[in-house]
Amino acid sequence: MSEQPIADLRRHQPRFSGLESGHRACTGCGEALGARLVTEAAGPDVLVANATGCLEVFTTAWPQSSWRVPWLHSLFENAGAIASGMEAALKAQGRPTKVLAFAGDGGTFDIGFQALSGMLERDHNVLYVCYDNEAYMNTGIQRSSSTPHAATTTTSPAGKARMGKRHLKKDIVSIIAAHHVAYAATASVAYPSDLRKKVRRAMAVEGATFLQVHSPCPLGWGHDGAVSIEVARLAVQTGLFPLVELERGSLTGVMPIREVRPVRDYLRAQKRFVHLFADDPRAREELDHIQALADHNIERYGLRGDRPDALDSEGADTVRRGGARWA
Amino acid sequence: MRDMLEGSQAIARAVALCRPQVVAAYPITPQTHIVENLSKLVADGKLTTELVSVESEFSAASVALGAAAAGSRAYTASSSQGIMLMSEVLFNIAGLRIPLVLTCANRAIGAPLSIWNDQQDSMAVRDAGWIQLYCADNQEAVDTTIQAYRIAERCEIPVMVCVDGFVLTHTMEAIDLPTQEQVDGFLPPYRFNRALDPRRPISIGTLVAPEYFSEVRHANHKALERAIDEIEAADRDWAEVSGRSSGGLVEVLGDPEARIGILTLGSATGTLLEALDEYPDLGPVRLIRLRCFRPFPFEALRRACAGLEQLAILERALSPGLGGIVGTEVRAALADLEGTLHIRDYAVGLGGRDIPLSTLPRVLEALAVPESERFRILDVNLEQLPEEDR
Ligand SMILES: Cc1ncc(C[n+]2csc(CCOP(=O)(O)OP(=O)(O)O)c2C)c(N)n1
Ligand SMILES: [Mg+2]
Repeated sequence: MSEQPIADLRRHQPRFSGLESGHRACTGCGEALGARLVTEAAGPDVLVANATGCLEVFTTAWPQSSWRVPWLHSLFENAGAIASGMEAALKAQGRPTKVLAFAGDGGTFDIGFQALSGMLERDHNVLYVCYDNEAYMNTGIQRSSSTPHAATTTTSPAGKARMGKRHLKKDIVSIIAAHHVAYAATASVAYPSDLRKKVRRAMAVEGATFLQVHSPCPLGWGHDGAVSIEVARLAVQTGLFPLVELERGSLTGVMPIREVRPVRDYLRAQKRFVHLFADDPRAREELDHIQALADHNIERYGLRGDRPDALDSEGADTVRRGGARWA
Repeated sequence: MRDMLEGSQAIARAVALCRPQVVAAYPITPQTHIVENLSKLVADGKLTTELVSVESEFSAASVALGAAAAGSRAYTASSSQGIMLMSEVLFNIAGLRIPLVLTCANRAIGAPLSIWNDQQDSMAVRDAGWIQLYCADNQEAVDTTIQAYRIAERCEIPVMVCVDGFVLTHTMEAIDLPTQEQVDGFLPPYRFNRALDPRRPISIGTLVAPEYFSEVRHANHKALERAIDEIEAADRDWAEVSGRSSGGLVEVLGDPEARIGILTLGSATGTLLEALDEYPDLGPVRLIRLRCFRPFPFEALRRACAGLEQLAILERALSPGLGGIVGTEVRAALADLEGTLHIRDYAVGLGGRDIPLSTLPRVLEALAVPESERFRILDVNLEQLPEEDR
């Protein structure tokens, strides 16, 4: 490859970007990357309903905004319903524009769950994207029902009597799939072309679709912003965050893992799990427990692949297709 | 043409005449008949709209917000617990300056659980930033609904049309429904300047830091104040179309020269008017109806109260620990008359307690006692309470 600077190369790609640089996200923020990838693939002909959370806050400090798509933030827990209303309006007006709903894991798994479930049940033509960073990051790292078992947050700290969060991460994609929506999938910012492909798939569906994007949070997870992608990739390679696709409730696609990594490799990279590496029998028990959860995922979804690791091969093609929509 | 219609049915027909493109509501007594009637109009092909059958009032208000922001005329309705569940969205709608119309079929708020009428629900959200109009009867509910859309869309402020639950929503009345041509002539198609559109992407609902927040609130407040003119104009212009005024901001009934006044909101107006006929020996009484509660019509209220020596306020809600809500605000508006104007404030008709015609003489009698409490709940039967609660 030539020594051309990245910025120069970018200019040669007619890429639509719905989220511009200059926003106030932390370095290495998974959500910022995720939202950029999603809007790139979804293209400019969209309306966005954004729940309260980091993504909303770091992109729109009045009088500035990083969004190049029409965007509305209302509340923490109503993105599903706001998007439903937008879609109903577009339908009434006969406009083909697609509606996207963006929310964090708190806005999706917890407080906004009812509005989301209603949106899915009524099958609004909306792609709902959950940027899953596994805690309430905007308010300073509190546990959500997406926080993994044993992770520490400010409301699930580790101490003499506790080993971090006591409960399991909610299996949201299965709950979504139980609404029998046409398409529900998980993705990770560590696999951008897979993520874009899933967005395009969802965009092609007329009806409610759902994408859960695993989005590392350097501040909340306790790792350097420079290794966000590596950390996110380990979540997939250990089996702790399976990349799957479900159509009308049936499993139709998985991202195979050729070389399964032990969960320790993933956990050790993050301060939120540091207590699991203390010389403490409870810590060893928790580690075994988490390994068992990963093994269960691998078994359940048949993740052990014999084919080569899907490490992003169709990226260039994806970018061009995103650009074509914009042109 | 005059039809015998139930209040809710009349309201639903009025809403349909306004051609909303998106309707979202959730059942709750006494609002339910409105959403049922709208659903039937849709099913019968008499109303073309996206009817979104939401899973909660919270989502009903959110759907209406999203729809109006995306460029469609939107409608929702609720009562009581539903208004409470919506309240976060109601503040948001007003803060975002989204024009839409909501019918509040007024009902008490639990606990204790009560499905019956008072006005605690709309009063609880009086500071949300909505325009609030209180209807005296069902004809007004119809006319005010139509006016509400014009006001909301011209001012970019949401309008809450308040109708007393059961007393209005479930009562049959002869209603003069306007024609579609009349409404179309009065109410132009919905056009929202800030509608979300990919050809002109804007961000709505951004984070606002302290250096701008006061300015946003100032703009909100001034817009509400300026809405006074649009509310009056809508009533005047609609009167020209329909031949009926709904009372503008503040309506003066009874004897306009009387030194004794009673002020109320909503359907109690009709009861008091009838009581004036029933008890002609009580002497001249000026009946003042506050149709517009937000924005608060200071000037119109002061004009309506000019020359009064005694004023009783009858309201269907209260602020526990303070007293009357309307009464407190009216007192503040008339503060410089204190000394010459004796004001007493009574909560009546709470949780569906009947307001009989005899309320009028009892209120006037209570008002005449100079050393009486500034506020009290009328008709409390102390014998029903244990000693320590009296
Ligand atoms: C009704 C309500 N409760 C609480 C809050 C405070 N709050 C704002 S964002 C947030 C957490 C957001 O978490 P998540 O959805 O996971 O998004 P993230 O910031 O992690 O991206 C909370 C608790 C709120 N805005 N509204
Ligand atoms: Mg989060």
